[in-house]
Amino acid sequence: MSLSNIFAIAGSALTAQSARLNAVASNLANADSITGADGQPYRAKQVVFKATAVEGGGVGVRVTGVVDSAAPLRMMYEPSNPAANEQGYVAMPNVNVVDEMVNMISASRSYQNNVEVMNTAKSLMQKTLAIGQ
Amino acid sequence: MTDRIDALLQVKRTALNARVYRQELLASNIANADTPNYKARDIDFKDALEGALAGRTEGSLNLARTSARHLGSESSQAFGGAAKYRTEFQPNVDGNTVNMDVERAAFADNAIQMEAMLTFIRGDLSTLQMAMASQ
Repeated sequence: MSLSNIFAIAGSALTAQSARLNAVASNLANADSITGADGQPYRAKQVVFKATAVEGGGVGVRVTGVVDSAAPLRMMYEPSNPAANEQGYVAMPNVNVVDEMVNMISASRSYQNNVEVMNTAKSLMQKTLAIGQ
Repeated sequence: MTDRIDALLQVKRTALNARVYRQELLASNIANADTPNYKARDIDFKDALEGALAGRTEGSLNLARTSARHLGSESSQAFGGAAKYRTEFQPNVDGNTVNMDVERAAFADNAIQMEAMLTFIRGDLSTLQMAMASQ
């Protein structure tokens, strides 16, 4: 139980939120990638958060994994595309750009909140250290 | 003499410890604002302080922890027994009960209260120093 635990707690949240922002960046960058490394259309990635104990007390966050979105692929009618199937449809990544933008804003707000928590903890710690001076 | 100084600072020190514990809980809540099924927690400061001053250790059952990642027993913390779950009137679909506005307001309020406590402790110490100084 001490102020320094707050650094560990907020730090774990910063790591988790930046992993989420990373996933959003990958998804937005690959919103139109018809073929990935495996020859299949890119699938949107999502990070999974889990509450985890921090050494010394408190509850931090941990990214337990990155999962592919289960949403169906976007089928686009484009007969002239060489990747089109017999019906003339091309399978496009299942990235929902609106979802990703919302995710991005949410992640950056959460990141800011945790930075603020860290700043407050820092200034409180400095004031505690100044006791008796 | 030193026991007098101890006695003088005891209440403020305990209060400061309770404030630090609350700050930690609130930081955990803010950190887990996006974690599914996380339940926000807080302490009733008055209860926690009264309990700690009366030497009450609620449910003194300590768990054996074989890994640093195990959640510690609440009662291994001095104020752990006072930590309660927040009642949320508008829960999230994912089971998370962190209300960021409430948490941020509580965090700021608690930080100010901590600063006040630190100022009081500094005041006590400077009074003591003044009393001890040869004029």
